[in-house]
Amino acid sequence: MNLELLLLLMLLPPLVGATLNGILGRRLSQPIVSLIACGGAGLSMVFAIVGAWVYSASASQPAPFLHSYFTWIQAGDLRADYALYYDRLTLVMTLTVTVVAFLIHLYSRGYMEQEGGYYRFFSYLNLFLFMMLTLVTAANYPLMFVGWEGVGLCSYLLIGFYFRKRSASDAGKKAFIVTRIGDTGFSVGVALLFWTFHSLDFQTVFTRIEALPQAEFTGTLTAIGLLIFLGAVGKSAQLPLYVWLPDAMEGPTPVSALIHAATMVTAGVYLVARSSILYARAPAALAVVGLVGCLTAFFAATIALTQNDLKRMLAYSTISQLGYMFLGCGVGVFAAGIFHLMTHAFFKSLLFLAAGSVMHAMNGELDMRKMGGLRHKLKITHATFLIATLAISGVPMFAGFFSKDEILAGAYQGPLGRPWLYWLGTVTAGLTAFYMFRGLCLTFWGKSRVEPETQHHLHESSSKMTVPLMVLAFFSIVAGYVSWPRVLGGGEAFDRYLEPVFSPAAEALRNTPPHHLEGLSAGLLLGFSVVAALVGIAVAIWWYWKSTEVPVKLAKQFAGLHELLVHKYYVDEFYHWLFVRPICVISDKFLWRIVDAGAIDGVLVDGTGHASASVGGILRRIQSGNIRSYAAWVLLGAVLWLLYIFMAHS
Amino acid sequence: MSWFTEHSLTIVTFFPLLGAVVIAFLGRDRTSSVRWVALLCTLLTFLMTVWLYFEFDSHRAGMQFEEFRIWMVLPPVNYHLGVDGLSLLLILLTGFLTPLSVLVSWSSITHRTKEFFLFLLALETGMIGVFASLDLVLFFVFWEVMLIPMYFLIGIWGHERRVYAAVKFILYTMTGSALMLAGILYLYNLTGTFDLPQVLDHLTTTSLLSPPAERWLFLAFFVAFAIKVPLFPFHTWLPDAHVEAPTAGSVILAGVLLKMGTYGMLRFCLPLFPEASRDFAPIVCALAIIGIIYGALVAMVQPDLKKLVAYSSVAHLGFCVLGIFVFNAQGMEGSIYQMFSHGVSTGALFMLVGMLYDRRHTRLISEFGGLATSVPVYSTFFLIVTLSSLGLPMLNGFVGEFLIIVGSYHSRALYAALAAAGVVLAAVYLLWMYQRVFYGDITNEKNRTLPDCNLREKLILTIVVVVIVAMGVYPQPFLRRMDQSVASILQRVEKRTLLFTERAPAGHLGAGR
Repeated sequence: MNLELLLLLMLLPPLVGATLNGILGRRLSQPIVSLIACGGAGLSMVFAIVGAWVYSASASQPAPFLHSYFTWIQAGDLRADYALYYDRLTLVMTLTVTVVAFLIHLYSRGYMEQEGGYYRFFSYLNLFLFMMLTLVTAANYPLMFVGWEGVGLCSYLLIGFYFRKRSASDAGKKAFIVTRIGDTGFSVGVALLFWTFHSLDFQTVFTRIEALPQAEFTGTLTAIGLLIFLGAVGKSAQLPLYVWLPDAMEGPTPVSALIHAATMVTAGVYLVARSSILYARAPAALAVVGLVGCLTAFFAATIALTQNDLKRMLAYSTISQLGYMFLGCGVGVFAAGIFHLMTHAFFKSLLFLAAGSVMHAMNGELDMRKMGGLRHKLKITHATFLIATLAISGVPMFAGFFSKDEILAGAYQGPLGRPWLYWLGTVTAGLTAFYMFRGLCLTFWGKSRVEPETQHHLHESSSKMTVPLMVLAFFSIVAGYVSWPRVLGGGEAFDRYLEPVFSPAAEALRNTPPHHLEGLSAGLLLGFSVVAALVGIAVAIWWYWKSTEVPVKLAKQFAGLHELLVHKYYVDEFYHWLFVRPICVISDKFLWRIVDAGAIDGVLVDGTGHASASVGGILRRIQSGNIRSYAAWVLLGAVLWLLYIFMAHS
Repeated sequence: MSWFTEHSLTIVTFFPLLGAVVIAFLGRDRTSSVRWVALLCTLLTFLMTVWLYFEFDSHRAGMQFEEFRIWMVLPPVNYHLGVDGLSLLLILLTGFLTPLSVLVSWSSITHRTKEFFLFLLALETGMIGVFASLDLVLFFVFWEVMLIPMYFLIGIWGHERRVYAAVKFILYTMTGSALMLAGILYLYNLTGTFDLPQVLDHLTTTSLLSPPAERWLFLAFFVAFAIKVPLFPFHTWLPDAHVEAPTAGSVILAGVLLKMGTYGMLRFCLPLFPEASRDFAPIVCALAIIGIIYGALVAMVQPDLKKLVAYSSVAHLGFCVLGIFVFNAQGMEGSIYQMFSHGVSTGALFMLVGMLYDRRHTRLISEFGGLATSVPVYSTFFLIVTLSSLGLPMLNGFVGEFLIIVGSYHSRALYAALAAAGVVLAAVYLLWMYQRVFYGDITNEKNRTLPDCNLREKLILTIVVVVIVAMGVYPQPFLRRMDQSVASILQRVEKRTLLFTERAPAGHLGAGR
């Protein structure tokens, strides 16, 4: 089969599923609804795999496959087609997205069983998959933006799934609006891109950028890069627009796993990687990407240290891990960023799904202070959560170890690497290991702090939920083996595989001013990050399993810092005080009541009306109907007229 | 058939008036027949506008379906009709929205039903006439005539402050019209004709118009249109008129009447006074952007649903004006598309609010909450229309906004940035409104037993949603029909060249030349 058909077959089943369930779902039974939805996701996965196979076997590979189906928007010389773009990067993205999405669809059958709005949930979930696939297969920026906003819409709908809860609908709205703030950057950046290159197709734009003489248009490219990155910052929850993601945990847990951990939030990373040549020719913009990523990784990790809500802790962890991916791209090792995107998709969705299993067992409770000792009752959940925790902590031989190590090595040695980026990244790796094991200890290990009435309810979830957990656990181990580091005698096969995609960028970055490459050897770099992880794990186990009084004492000793972290640096409060309140108050009290109703309408418009009415009122008195007053007016007029004539003549 | 093709514009324009005459002869108590006549007549008119749309040759520049008859010899006023890429879509929009307006008024207008539909049909003739006229006097006649039925629609079938709103609406518009009339007469004095193509010829081939005179004339026309749009700060008649008007009135007002302003700018201001247009562009763009931001911010804090939608129109129309005055194909095609798209989306929002008003007799947001539980179908329709209004890709609103943002960047980067900020604010006020009305628990017992959409309402909303999706997914046919007209206006703004170079065959134009 040819690829153009296969790509459609991959894209359309979830759309069909979403439409069917959306329109008819209310009248269908749960098994049929889930059959339609899982069938859509499953078909999509099958065709993604077949597509990958066909592409890999094709003669033109590794050149990108391009096909335009029809024209979408055209005005003047602007043209955006329904065109798909398939290269090795797309291949990795579609496989990751469809596999994770299919597993989460399967898991949701069990998780959502007892919830209302079953059909609504699956309709949104299918629509999300369609939009996400559109995002990663689009061949031009506007079509990518379709997927980009489409996943945002599904995120809005799914975060606010429990719409009767105020906090849920607030969170959905916040997510949509905050990411849209970033999207202004995206759309203005795309406008500048268009007027610079007179095209919005990836292929054309990238070729034209490559053809530019070195060091020309750097200013413009930097501007485009920064503007587009603003979109990525919003969607991928980086500083300073990360505030929506923790709140997004109001959505059902499978949604947190799929949208807010594995796929949608990584769209920003994909965007930067897709535009790698653009960033490579604008090193200043790329440096900003790395800087923002590194700072976000550290910043979010510090917040995660003190969170007591299991899902919120995982949310801050996601923000932090996304920061790593941007760090990887930002120092010029794009393949490492994508590698981490892939491994993270597996272990982070596993963490969330396992957390969902815990939630089910705990009757919806998420406070880790009320858990403890769950490993006895939830054996599979515990085992899989442990594997994912080891993976995210960067323990050798688990997926996260390989990808994180590549990023950290790149932060030191990459084209735009700087030692301090490496060190901050390594410290963050230690923090990550610490908070993840803290979570593990509080939830699964130690003595049970579960309330008696919940204690009876504790149970392992059904196989509908545990099977996807086990599959993801498998991937959380082996996904890293595709790129065995060179220090350990491997060939970094994943990086080699993506080389054709990123080689123009690598070529361009080779010309950036070199910085010192001597210093630590690759082996030492790897060693330090492993040591950081092990120290983090050891401390977490010591504090939260062995001698639990230590953290309490420390919290008292450093009360100020502890408060600051618990309150997440008061960023939400600060934004509310700086933006939300003033805009509301100014719009209401000043713009509407004073400017609009008062000045423009009251004074100018109605004022004109009243003025003409009162002038008319005065003039009306002249028309009194009284003969004597008319005679007096005539007399007055005559006198004035005579006076005027005399004055004029003398 | 050939008789129809030769007089197609006249027939499309006056067919609704014919329906109005039929209704006038129906008995006062035969409300059901009145409704059916109105529906049938507007539907036929719609079909004819669709026919125009398909018959329109998108590769041809200049006017199509032209009709020319001498009306008066002195002053030389002619009955000259024609359609190009600018007016085609607006005529189609008028044809589309009027039958829907008849349907939304089906059961909500119970008082003086006969007169209501009579005025609605007369209004349609006026609106199509405005878009089809190519003679300045004829245009002015339609422009003014159309005000009368609208005045009565607001003044008789409106809500509490209907008389104030109707008077305000008519006085405000007439102020602008007076200025425009002065401009028209000045142009006649200068060129000796009221015929738009001829006036354009005169102005392009000679240097009759001095720069200061051109600027004054531009202002005379522009203010009339800016009031109609309405452009900040001429907008305060709009919230009042919308809030007080019956649902059909609001739909037509937002859907079609506002577009006459932007249409006028494209049809008259730019081609007739290109240099003045360029001179004033920075000010106009600034006002448009103020409108976008200001309209959105004020919409955000409105307690009344209809007022919220009204102020959102100020913001959306700001986009249209911005797109026109950045003088490039992207901006201008985006602007025309946005006019059409706003007509559909905002028209639909007013219909939705009207359906809610029919049930609860209030439009205050605070009276609602949790409606997603009690009326799920209505909520879903409302959500889709809301999303289209906030410019979600694959729905109609995105195409225009995207093109306008790209186009405005070419003029000045700041314009694009501020317009994009307006897109964020649209999400803020629309989603906040949606949350307050539909999400949460039902707080008011009256909302618990609301009936969901009935068949008629589902029909209306399904049609609208299909159009919304179709326009978002496949805008090409609409965009292609604008190409030639947009190109010729742009060429004219760039430098003075002949606008209407290609004329309809001479025999077609009658003996007037």
